[in-house]
Amino acid sequence: MATYILKRFLQLIPVFLGATLLVYFLVFSLPGDPIAALFGDKPVNEAVAAKLRVQYHLDQPFFMQYLLYLKSIFTFDLGQDFSGRPIAAVLAEVFPVTARLAVMALIFEAVFGIVFGLIAGLRKGRFFDATVLVASLVVISIPIFVLGFLLQFTIGVQLGWAKPTVSSAATVQDLILPAIVLGLASFAYVLRLTRTSVLENMNADYVRTASAKGLSRFRVVRVHILRNSLIPVITFLGADLGTLMGGAIVTEGIFNVPGVGNRLYRAVLTGEGPTVVSIVTVLVLIYCLSNLLVDLLYAWLDPRIRYDA
Amino acid sequence: MTPENNTPRHGAPAVRARRQMEHFVADVAETPLQATDKVREDNAPLSLWGEAWRNLRRQPLFLIAAFLILVVMAVSLFPGLFSPVDPSSEACQLANSDGGPAAGHPLGYTQQGCDVYARVIFGTRSSVTVGLFTTLAVLLVGGIIGALAGYYGGWVDAILARINDIFFALPLILGAIVVMQLPMFRANRTAWTLVVILATFGWPQLARITRGAVLEVRNADFVMAARSLGVSRVGALLRHVLPNALAPIVVVATISLGTFIVAESTLSFLGIGLPPSVMSWGNDIQAAQSSLRSNPMPLLYPAIALSITVLSFIMLGDALRDALDPKARKR
Repeated sequence: MATYILKRFLQLIPVFLGATLLVYFLVFSLPGDPIAALFGDKPVNEAVAAKLRVQYHLDQPFFMQYLLYLKSIFTFDLGQDFSGRPIAAVLAEVFPVTARLAVMALIFEAVFGIVFGLIAGLRKGRFFDATVLVASLVVISIPIFVLGFLLQFTIGVQLGWAKPTVSSAATVQDLILPAIVLGLASFAYVLRLTRTSVLENMNADYVRTASAKGLSRFRVVRVHILRNSLIPVITFLGADLGTLMGGAIVTEGIFNVPGVGNRLYRAVLTGEGPTVVSIVTVLVLIYCLSNLLVDLLYAWLDPRIRYDA
Repeated sequence: MTPENNTPRHGAPAVRARRQMEHFVADVAETPLQATDKVREDNAPLSLWGEAWRNLRRQPLFLIAAFLILVVMAVSLFPGLFSPVDPSSEACQLANSDGGPAAGHPLGYTQQGCDVYARVIFGTRSSVTVGLFTTLAVLLVGGIIGALAGYYGGWVDAILARINDIFFALPLILGAIVVMQLPMFRANRTAWTLVVILATFGWPQLARITRGAVLEVRNADFVMAARSLGVSRVGALLRHVLPNALAPIVVVATISLGTFIVAESTLSFLGIGLPPSVMSWGNDIQAAQSSLRSNPMPLLYPAIALSITVLSFIMLGDALRDALDPKARKR
């Protein structure tokens, strides 16, 4: 098992390096001067531009730049954003907010997705199943920014059940509505995945055996059907954590959540290359680690998977 | 695709050969077991696609989706047929700002006084263009990479899988946002730029699906048969492996067409997709956002159009999946 963890961990390294190299290349090496873009319509101040180029190592050859950038990541010395704040401090401020939002969204989609999916699967072809299936398709097809506006307008403004925008503290209470919006599309996927998985397992031999030896319906469903059905669902949820954090840009914009997505979007609009690269790097890292977590969860959930290979 | 070619697994040539043979079935008139002995050899089995088509024709979900997609395609090709009003910005009258429905303008006006209905109709084209061409590009890139990885295996697979992992670590919207802000792309924001960028970050999923599908068929008996009859490796891949691995690829491509349409409108909505001068649903939703509380309709109608288009592609994909997967098919 330990060797397996180590091996999976080592496999992450090329992915991480490759993804950061790709982003770094895109931001700093494609035609167009990122420093000149900073000045907008104003004339470029050569002295300031030269100083900035040195600060971001843009005077070095590309590969050297990237190596220096990697070094700065591992020493947590990410430089400063264009308003002069250390990027590391900015990250420390915005990441906890988005992490809270993503985890709340994950809990929402997991609890409701699995419960609804299980009920739909057990009652295949009935009214509840049909309704839930169609509803999930509709939810998947409505883009998140439309959903966000609709829920903000109806629940937040007209009904007043939840706050339509988030305070700068971004408490758990503030984040309920944004978390639901963020998790809604994945909720539909979790639901459909659970349903399919339950349907497959219901006809399995071990479920028939369990029923035949007289176990209660509840125990068969809970231990034999549900636990086996959750294996693909857990995989999806684990990988989704990284996607949710990276995909929160739109949701955070609509509800004015002071998180990663908002900061990233601002950095993108003002052309702050270094901040963009830093944020994306951390997001890639989170994605890689959550995938590793999924692999390890597999071992715990499915003893059939062996790790000596 | 006709049932006659490319379908070794369904044995159409074998049936044809048997039809010419002499029959040694007992004379049906003499035996009481008429029903069982009656061999209907002319009833050749349908191909996977033929059978899928027979199933699909009876599915209301498929029929609705196909109808909606045909309508959307027609609207994007000939918007003038569906809206007599010229929706270009010059035609907007500020006097009509936020106006309700009027004769000839069934959905009311935007804050700028533009006809909402006409803008929804004329905005269809950019969404459909980006969605369709991104899907084609992704099919090409992801399909080739996935097919090579699955078919050749070994070090080819290892290298391509790593590249795939790297692109997979960057979510579609995140990657597109990072790239769209670059001076080079910001300067020419057209539908084709979006196609290139979305395809750059969108191909890994299709490559994975293709790789899996090719891997499943690669060692099938009919591929072996073709190879031993002297078909080259590439020839076997193109003529025997790919046609039989097509089903899951088509399903995923159909569904991702919807995803790309959403991605285009999301980027336009964020202000880094198509420029505001281009009519698109994302831009219209973005423009209507500021007057949401006083006049929500200009936001609602393009949003509905967008959702229905995406929904019909997802429904089509879902119906195709059910029809093409013999395991999931209910008899």
